[in-house]
Amino acid sequence: MRTDRVHMADSGKLLSQLADRISYLIDIKGNSEYGNIGDLLGRVQGLRQSLFEIKEADLFEKIDRIEDRVSFLEDRVAEKLSPAEIVNIVRSPQRFTLMDILENVYDSYTELGGEGDCNIDPAIMVARATISRRVKNKLYSHQVMVIGHEKGRGEEYRNGGCARPWGNDKALRYMRVAETEGIPIHFYIFTPGSYPIEDYPGAAQQIARNLYVMAKLKVPMVSFISEGGSGGAEAIGVSGLRLMGSKSYYSVISPEGAAAIEGKIREGEKVPRELVEHCAAQLKITAEDNLKLGTVDRIIEEPPLGARRDDFPFFRRLRYEMLRATDEVVLKTKNFRAFRAYALKRQAEEGKEVPEDFDLFISWNLTDLEIERLLEFRLKKYMELGKGYFLENRNVLTEGIRKTKIFASKTYYDLRYGLLRPHQRNVQKVIEEVSSEGSVFLRKVTEPVRAAYDFVFPQPERPGRVVRSEGPERKSIFAEEWESYVSPLANEDCTVTCPNASKYGCLDLWVPDLYGEFCGVCPNCGHHFPLEYQWYLENLFDKNSVHEFNDHIASCNPLGFQGYNARLKKDMKRTGRNSSMITFDAEVCGIRLVVAMLFSNFRGGTVGTAEGEKFVRACDVAGTTRRPLLAYIHSTGGIRIHEGTLGVVQMPKCTLAVREYNDNGGLYIVVYDNNSYAGPVASFLGCSLYQFGMRSSRIGFAGPRVIRETTGQDVPPDYHSAKNALKRGHIQGIWDRREFKKNLHDALMTLGGPNLYYK
Amino acid sequence: MDINLNDLLRRYRSHPFEDYPVETPHTGVVFLKVKEGQTVKGPGGEWLHRPGTMLYVIERERNVKRTTALWSGQVSGIRLDIEGQFVEAGELLFSIRHQLDKEEIIDRILTQVLYILPAPQRARYFLAPEISARMEKQPKEGVSVESGDDVLIMSLMKRDTVISYEGVPGALYKVYFKPGDTVEQGSPLLGICPPDKLRYVQKVIQRIRTEWEK
Repeated sequence: MRTDRVHMADSGKLLSQLADRISYLIDIKGNSEYGNIGDLLGRVQGLRQSLFEIKEADLFEKIDRIEDRVSFLEDRVAEKLSPAEIVNIVRSPQRFTLMDILENVYDSYTELGGEGDCNIDPAIMVARATISRRVKNKLYSHQVMVIGHEKGRGEEYRNGGCARPWGNDKALRYMRVAETEGIPIHFYIFTPGSYPIEDYPGAAQQIARNLYVMAKLKVPMVSFISEGGSGGAEAIGVSGLRLMGSKSYYSVISPEGAAAIEGKIREGEKVPRELVEHCAAQLKITAEDNLKLGTVDRIIEEPPLGARRDDFPFFRRLRYEMLRATDEVVLKTKNFRAFRAYALKRQAEEGKEVPEDFDLFISWNLTDLEIERLLEFRLKKYMELGKGYFLENRNVLTEGIRKTKIFASKTYYDLRYGLLRPHQRNVQKVIEEVSSEGSVFLRKVTEPVRAAYDFVFPQPERPGRVVRSEGPERKSIFAEEWESYVSPLANEDCTVTCPNASKYGCLDLWVPDLYGEFCGVCPNCGHHFPLEYQWYLENLFDKNSVHEFNDHIASCNPLGFQGYNARLKKDMKRTGRNSSMITFDAEVCGIRLVVAMLFSNFRGGTVGTAEGEKFVRACDVAGTTRRPLLAYIHSTGGIRIHEGTLGVVQMPKCTLAVREYNDNGGLYIVVYDNNSYAGPVASFLGCSLYQFGMRSSRIGFAGPRVIRETTGQDVPPDYHSAKNALKRGHIQGIWDRREFKKNLHDALMTLGGPNLYYK
Repeated sequence: MDINLNDLLRRYRSHPFEDYPVETPHTGVVFLKVKEGQTVKGPGGEWLHRPGTMLYVIERERNVKRTTALWSGQVSGIRLDIEGQFVEAGELLFSIRHQLDKEEIIDRILTQVLYILPAPQRARYFLAPEISARMEKQPKEGVSVESGDDVLIMSLMKRDTVISYEGVPGALYKVYFKPGDTVEQGSPLLGICPPDKLRYVQKVIQRIRTEWEK
């Protein structure tokens, strides 16, 4: 009798496991129609209910039959997993989470920043953990900081792994703790995306701050991606080595979001499943795709249908891979090249099987010199991302000339600002100090003599110095010297109504006046009507001072996104430009600066590999020539979804470039106009210490529709306005278009001061 | 204050509507977008940010201006003869017959019955600390004010000016603003009910709240 009960209990367990396996299959396929799995689940539920009514032999026979069927279906599904199915695997409640990793990969851990639901943001979990390895029967432990998203274990308060801004802030705080303590950081990314709210510190601004700090964090960092949802993933994603589970996804946008944009689906309407599957395939989100694109460095093999909470062999592998990856990041910085090469080779030789023992113990402590190298490697690694995925329309000769020019200007500016200027400044400083002290005594003696001299021999007035033209005549790329730029919008003979007319009683405006004399601003209420980017090029900068560079870099279709080539070509033809970013040298009231401008006409001002590369090169030019860098954002819609993760990695890439430029003494100012949303704001724009918004600007992480669809809450119409961005501390001031030039000049003089060109 | 509340109630019961005339703001050619008897919606959404039903289009100097409904109700008295015609400013196009709901009727009755203290200037207003403390302790109908009492603080250009109440003594029945908000000149700030009418007003409001259909 007792044995029967034990058997019955076993069968109950078997049935429960079968039910889990079937529901996992349903999760993967997204429906219960495939292979009649719905029926199978029904049969299992039926058996569970009538467990004690069926004879034991019959019961086990039935269980065996169902199990065979489930195993067959599992094999069939695993044979060919579509990208959409991988997304479903990652989102399944049975998928392993960070807590499982902490419990199974690390020896012990202590959660920091609160516990469970009593936490600053339970979606982000931080823990100090110990991870150990055995070398020749001796156990060595390493201390690490584990930071990641937790989406299970209390799903509701974990918010599905969507980190709120203060959650990312918590992550940043503990990154700094790790830096202070000199321990490596292991990042685990399990997020569908960041929670799109602008409450302080603001989703976009906080991600940007994280990226900015991570760029120069002086500890080895390794990240593992299970669910990498765009900006949310990048917030804790900068690392020396990026690993990815073989059944994981890393994407610029959720396939549903991409489908809604591609299919122009109206808000509230259901997105067709076929379109979602199509977009998932087009976005190249799988581990293999990302490895090919170079956006991740290594794939960690998972079981054929993805790792679940009880896949202990997978956790063993993950532990090994995390140790190996951290070793690799550390070893790259080591002094002894021979040892480095030997150790890396040994590890590479270890092959696919997870060994019991490690051959070597590698200390993860770094010296100052090694830290320097670590940062150099990180910078180099990110600067290489996305290379080869944009077009460079240049031949060998022009490329050679370009390189020579760069070399020549680098030498010139290094000599001028790196060698001569510091000496000049030191000498000047000494003279100033001596003269200011001496002048106090000398003035008393010399003043009466000087006054008498001036009285007897009055100085004739000197004519002003004739300024010679500098070199060859420069040409503006847009208008001739004698022309004054008039917006094409002003050519229409009609009137328009100010949107605030009912509120402030604004009179109708005659269009030639509005876009001519009034600079597109309502003279009554100050409402800013949108103006094309050319207007700024001609009115903001000194006449003939705009000289574009890197215009040969062109956007392309690196993922082979269906139907995108035609759209890209159309935009190129319409705008006459190769990308949505223009980089140029310019002058504002005589101050020379380098400008990177994103404009809306080309793919909505979105950022892809070409734009990212142009921005990085603009940072380089500004750094070489020791000039301030202005990012003027006419409009940006975020990262270009058609370039997938190649677009996403432009976020850390450009932020690292900005950080490098700033650390070398550069002055980086961002000015937003019109709409500026998503990735760029959450990285290389939001990280700027000095950000300003025009009155017309709307700044944020996600637009109202995405916020409504993600959070289920509506936002007020002025949620993203410049005024609210100022209130939240995202920008430092609101500028009027009519005074843009003056404000910019003032900002350059105030923020740069005497160090404008050489800090 | 000699208003017969019963008469007022009867009037609203027999005609619970408010007719809002829709007139042209300026000259132009008008194209009507509604029909006689059509139900139109006013602005919607939590912040009234979704525009109401489009009523008409007026074109002047090639400026096509779309006008949407500010009130919900039914279109009545539409003038089809001016469709596509040039009209002068202030030309009546039609009216929107807006059905008043309970709260609107109560508001209207209160503005006629109560003694209203209007905002002397466009400024930010706060309740005087004494009044505010009394209101926290007891229901606002129990807070009485008399002529000469300091009731409000007007904050304008960083200067705070105390506003004294001048009028019939009575209970502070309604506060029309949120402390700290900017109130336009002439907008009601406080509604004071004479003590002899207080009971009666409360009774009428109670009746409207319970008996009125919508």
